[in-house]
Amino acid sequence: MIYWELFLAFFIPNIIGYGGGPAIIPLIEAEVVGHYGWMSAHQFAETLALGNALPSPIATKMAGHVGYDVAGAGGAAVAVLATVAPSLLLMLGALGLLYRHRHSPRVQRMSQWVRPVIALMMAALALGFLLEGVRGAGAFHTGLIAAFSAIALLRFKTHPAFVIMAALIYGGLFIT
Amino acid sequence: MIPLVRQEVVERYRWLSDDDFADVLAIGNTLPGPIATKMPGYIGYRVAGVRGCVVAVAAVILPMILAMILLLGLFSRYRHISWIQGMGQAVVPVVMVMMAQLTWDFFNKSRLALGWGVSLAMSAAAAVLIYAVGLHPGWVIGSLLAAALLRPAASPSRAAQ
Repeated sequence: MIYWELFLAFFIPNIIGYGGGPAIIPLIEAEVVGHYGWMSAHQFAETLALGNALPSPIATKMAGHVGYDVAGAGGAAVAVLATVAPSLLLMLGALGLLYRHRHSPRVQRMSQWVRPVIALMMAALALGFLLEGVRGAGAFHTGLIAAFSAIALLRFKTHPAFVIMAALIYGGLFIT
Repeated sequence: MIPLVRQEVVERYRWLSDDDFADVLAIGNTLPGPIATKMPGYIGYRVAGVRGCVVAVAAVILPMILAMILLLGLFSRYRHISWIQGMGQAVVPVVMVMMAQLTWDFFNKSRLALGWGVSLAMSAAAAVLIYAVGLHPGWVIGSLLAAALLRPAASPSRAAQ
């Protein structure tokens, strides 16, 4: 059943995605591209690009878009609910318990132990995008765009929206 | 985004005190999932019950979800045009750089908390389990979370770092 699958695909990443907001990106990719095959790696990259260019959390934007793509407005609602509701309900229901443990070393350890795994999955995803870029735009364009965006993002701290915009213009003009 | 929410909630509308806001933020951080939906959801609930919760979360997430669906829908409709396709291909290397940056960011945080050796060993073990054995990442991360939560106290050497 598609709604149940959508629920699981977004519930699992959001319940184990410790270590910081972007941690859920490779976890969602593992479900949406890897497990269920609802999207190609290329479509996932496009979704991520737009998601990074627009404000508000990446998790709900991905959920809304993928849910809508797979099963219309109902799918979007299910995927967004699976993203937002579980941790919010926990927060409302177990506030006292969480309050007592908010500075607990165990809770901090959860983020710490998960980070190396997430870092690995992110590295795998970056490699996948590199191969996808070479396959699609070719090695020359991929290298050029990657070098320029690395300088803009890392050296000049340009907002991702502008880098994405510049890449879109470059792609529209020079990659045909 | 958090400083902007604080500005509205604490200074402008006075729904929460500064300390309460800091506590809600700390509590939200004990749970997974985006902080940008947990905080508005909780504050909305405190101010106006279930409806407040739904309204606050919807206000944060709906506009950009609609923008995503519209823009990407438009994009796939014209995907067959070659320059549109070129635009789609050009963003892949940018996303690759962003993901590499996040990889480093996560690994660096992990290295600072656990050290090079433990971090690399954990990444390598996860690589084998996820990509060689084909285990679902949920099992790997789920067991780590359970271990982190259930294991009695942090070892002194680790706490000292």
